[in-house]
Amino acid sequence: MKIHEYQGRELLDAAGVPVPAGAMIESVEAAEEAYKRITREAGTSLAVVKAQVHAGGRGKAGFVKLVRSAAEAAEAARFMLSNRMVSAQTGAEGLEVRKLLIAAGVDIEKEFYLAITTDRATRRNVLIASAEGGVEIEQVAHANPDAIVKTPIHPLIGLQPYQAREVAFKLGFTGKQVGQAANIMLALSKLYAEKDCSLAEINPLVLTPAREGFVDGQVLAIDAKFNFDDNALFRHRDIAAMFDPAEENPQELRAAKFDLNYIAMEGNIGCLVNGAGLAMSTMDIIKHEGGEPANFLDVGGSATEEAVTEGFRIILADENVKGVLVNIFGGIMRCDIIAQAIANAAKEVGFSVPLVVRLEGTNVQAGRKILEDAQGELTTMQPASDLGDAAKKVCAAVA
Amino acid sequence: MAILIDASTRVICQGITGAFGALHTRGCLQYAPTIVGGVTPGKGGQKDENGLPIFNTVAEAVRATDANATMIFVPPPFSADAILEAAGAEIQLICCITEGVPVADMVKARAVLDEMNLRRTEQDRIRLVGPNCPGVITPGPKTGAGESATDPYTKQGCKIGIMPGYIHTHVSEAPTGKAVGIVSRSGTLTYEAVWQTSNLGLGQSTCVGIGGDPVRGMGFIDCLELFEQDSDTAGVLMIGEIGGTDEEDAAAWAKKHMSKPLAAFIAGRTAPPGKRMGHAGAIISGGQGGADDKIKALRAAGFSIAETPADMGAAMARAMGVEVVAQV
Repeated sequence: MKIHEYQGRELLDAAGVPVPAGAMIESVEAAEEAYKRITREAGTSLAVVKAQVHAGGRGKAGFVKLVRSAAEAAEAARFMLSNRMVSAQTGAEGLEVRKLLIAAGVDIEKEFYLAITTDRATRRNVLIASAEGGVEIEQVAHANPDAIVKTPIHPLIGLQPYQAREVAFKLGFTGKQVGQAANIMLALSKLYAEKDCSLAEINPLVLTPAREGFVDGQVLAIDAKFNFDDNALFRHRDIAAMFDPAEENPQELRAAKFDLNYIAMEGNIGCLVNGAGLAMSTMDIIKHEGGEPANFLDVGGSATEEAVTEGFRIILADENVKGVLVNIFGGIMRCDIIAQAIANAAKEVGFSVPLVVRLEGTNVQAGRKILEDAQGELTTMQPASDLGDAAKKVCAAVA
Repeated sequence: MAILIDASTRVICQGITGAFGALHTRGCLQYAPTIVGGVTPGKGGQKDENGLPIFNTVAEAVRATDANATMIFVPPPFSADAILEAAGAEIQLICCITEGVPVADMVKARAVLDEMNLRRTEQDRIRLVGPNCPGVITPGPKTGAGESATDPYTKQGCKIGIMPGYIHTHVSEAPTGKAVGIVSRSGTLTYEAVWQTSNLGLGQSTCVGIGGDPVRGMGFIDCLELFEQDSDTAGVLMIGEIGGTDEEDAAAWAKKHMSKPLAAFIAGRTAPPGKRMGHAGAIISGGQGGADDKIKALRAAGFSIAETPADMGAAMARAMGVEVVAQV
């Protein structure tokens, strides 16, 4: 699960990581008011207005703006709340922006990168740091891998202070900055473990010029990005409450209510499959045969007849769908449940488009019998003998 | 021979009185009579619907039944605890079927298991399969109807997990007279591969579903190593998917250490980056984990590549140079 930047800043703030004053706003009027309050508190006239969406590429799209007056803040807010944001990550139709973050501007001496994630190869959490902050870390990793410092975190005792200090020195911090940076790393590591994160990223982490109270400058978190392990949300009600359904595809949300794993795609062949690997490879073989999948849909092993029927409703509600492929290899999932769901969907919604069904595995005979009995309502159905045959048939049917 | 399990394996089910545990205990018994008991804390002393003894703890179950393998069906919040309980009771093969175990729990559980194994020899080591996996099966020749626990499908095989047993073929029943090992990150895709190899006249020595989670027990290399040493295994079919670098690592290892014919399929060739494809581990991120790099590495290591999921059995047969016998 992803959360917004403003929510991530709240988590950092609560964990003791210094972040510039800021507020989440949803209207132009609130932008003016927030600008005045925040800049007064921070003793600056500079503030930044940032669109709160889960997609990246905000800066290039013009949805991160520096402002120097309440009027400029209002104008930036008006622009962002009334235009859709289009970036490389959003697709051409763009995203509606409903929430903005307005935060006090800071003078920046230098930018750094700091993140924690789980490294599957070593099966440990790892602290990733770089003195080249503010840019995409993948670009740094590609162009200058030596600029990235990776520190494994012990699974039972967590990040140790000496490790954090070591990283701080490697990043070039000096004097009082070292303790500040190390404390931020330790706080981030604690947060990662306590909240079951799968990614906790501060980019950029900045160093400000020296000023009163901070003779060596201050180390601050400017941006915060958190992803959480969906499997662990049961023990984090506070995090689960941060979920923003407006950021999700409505069909995917609808499917999730029935424990179906649905991802919308661009093509015209609807797929209903059991098992993630089989569902992915069913999309692969459709492409191989020259077709385009309209979705990924894994109904899983324990879906009920009602859930599978809902799966068909979702597929058939997609106007792009010109054909449907059902590929089931029953293990825990029984073929008769799938067949009954097909019969239900035929009665209720109707398959006006070609339907190709491939059933194998647990209770396959019972499943085939149900489909035979429902043949009157399944006039567009073709059975397939195997996966290759099924893909060929559905691609031919929509061609 | 086979690997990991055979007819002499003594299996318990942790979570035997839960809906899934009970259902699949029955399913396993219908395939082969190797389940000897189960564990549900608080229900010790009772018997399950098959007449199997239920124990309060794994340690008690091991003392009473000499169990040496377990299949875990307890719900996700308690799965890591169940794994560690089994390890603490010296169970050597732990199959965690449960889907949805928090990654942080697995990071800790793996760290403890790895530490326990430091003090153990290769023979004695505790092996974890999963979580989020179909389990492990060593097929046996068909000796019964397989419809009930009193008339199992085979008396010489062993099934731990949720896969349909009847699609598997024992080497003695395979027209080619050869059996292959199968190792896979996916469940139903494994059944697809088993079905295809069976239909082409190949048997299976053992099939291992290692699971779709980012942090898990046995990996591809652990299984390849066992298959290489197993005299019943004439070739190995490896089924990977997008996400991580396990397939690349396995390819590099296989190039050095495997003498047997190898075939592979990678699921998710057409998956878009940044989207998690069902399995927690199946995501292309940060420029890593794409299918093309994996296929390239596997091809370079001598694997015969299945171009589509319908080609997995045939790719294995090509690698082995066997004349296939279509049985469809």
